[in-house]
Amino acid sequence: MKILDRLWHTLDERLELAPLIDFATHKEVPQHRHSWAYYFGGLTMFFFFVQVATGILLLLYYRPTAEAAFESVQFIVTRVPFGWLIRSVHSWSANLMILAAFAHMFSVYLLGSYAKPRELTWWSGFVLLLLAMGFGFSGYLLPWNELAFFATRVGTDMVSKVPLVGGWLLKFLRGGEEVTGATLTRFFGFHVAVLPMITTALLATHLAFIQRQGMHVPEGLEEEAKTRRPLRFVPNFMMREGVVWLAGLAALAALAAFFPWELGSKADLFASAPAGIKPEWYFLFMFEALKLLPPHVLGIEGELVGLGVFSLAGLVWFLVPVLDRGSSSGHRSRAFLLLGWLALAYIVSFTLLSLAGVFK
Amino acid sequence: MPGSDEGSAVSRRGLLTWLLGTSLGATLVAALYPVFRFVIPPEVAEAPVNRVLAAKLTELPVNSGKIFRFGSRPGLVLRTQDGAVRAFSAVCTHLNCTVQYRPDLQHIWCACHNGHYDLQGKNIAGPPPRPLEAYKVDVSGDDVYVTRGT
Repeated sequence: MKILDRLWHTLDERLELAPLIDFATHKEVPQHRHSWAYYFGGLTMFFFFVQVATGILLLLYYRPTAEAAFESVQFIVTRVPFGWLIRSVHSWSANLMILAAFAHMFSVYLLGSYAKPRELTWWSGFVLLLLAMGFGFSGYLLPWNELAFFATRVGTDMVSKVPLVGGWLLKFLRGGEEVTGATLTRFFGFHVAVLPMITTALLATHLAFIQRQGMHVPEGLEEEAKTRRPLRFVPNFMMREGVVWLAGLAALAALAAFFPWELGSKADLFASAPAGIKPEWYFLFMFEALKLLPPHVLGIEGELVGLGVFSLAGLVWFLVPVLDRGSSSGHRSRAFLLLGWLALAYIVSFTLLSLAGVFK
Repeated sequence: MPGSDEGSAVSRRGLLTWLLGTSLGATLVAALYPVFRFVIPPEVAEAPVNRVLAAKLTELPVNSGKIFRFGSRPGLVLRTQDGAVRAFSAVCTHLNCTVQYRPDLQHIWCACHNGHYDLQGKNIAGPPPRPLEAYKVDVSGDDVYVTRGT
């Protein structure tokens, strides 16, 4: 202990760390009947850390070319000791991270925590979710298998529908007119360099906002929060969050070990899309809606209408701290609360119905 | 006069700020322009492919289809129940997937979003907004040649 004390003294003498410790020990987390919602953001971050760690390990063997990508993943899962586990954990953790991020976002929305003064936290969180989906989309292509190839063809084709810059974006993403090895190399670059850099910076900003403003107490629970003793962040809340992380790790380990992620067959650029092809579960609600749309709606191509509606819905979701005017003075509108529940009901029901095979 | 001095000092400062701002802007544009150009790959000069040997008749039994390579894109050649050979672009007009011939339905189908096309390439069900591009087919002996744009 003496060595630690001396080390601490040496550092504090030079860097004046005492105020930081003071801040951490005085930080408190309010307690009320919806305090459970405070743990999802941390859980999402836990899965992000797992992604960084397993992603770095996969980099030791993965080769990002059309000729070698599939074979290198095959090598990882069949020959490298515990390669199957690392790859499976990476794939499962990606999915659990998106799931935790959705749980975090909906709990924040439904409890009205986006309201002033936390608009910037909401917006940075929204962009972080888009980045997470960008990670999912770019990472999906990397094993260069059949499903990934068509998912990328469809996904990038959607981007080409953006007015004015669609053609430019398509070439930028694909590295040419078609999905080829050039696309794989680009997606690899996005996945392991561009997205991690932006995400890390934005995550730090998101956390800084939360540290600066403290936890939000939802409308109507202020009295309850006043009567209950708040939880000290260090060590009480951290320990509880640790238990949540352990539960996340247990779920991850069980899924990765009992349901190893499949590799499928190598992408063939000149083969038909296989029957039963589907995107990842978090795109299913959009995928099924696009399938249900007729070829033309009021003279406009159906998929354009669908993509337009989804983009508009995303914009409304993003702008909710501004659109829900009463929220800044603690009177959030019932309409926006209802909108949140409707969005949740739509996403959950379409995803479950699609997984159950109701949509043919 | 002190007043005019002050006025000219402010305008001098304004001019310098403007010069600094435009220089920074110009530096930024000069740095970003090559980046914007760099991320879009150059056009690769490819000999335009207008006619290919798509299949052999012997590998194309009645009520079946085959994907063939037409330049950089996939094409679909099929043989109908009554023996006619037809060819289309295999790129679905909905969202760019590759279609296939379904012997059980006896028409063209896209697995990605359940789009259906008839044997003339016309979109008949599901989300595809346009028909598939049709190609001209010449059968010479056992060889099936497909030609575009005529």
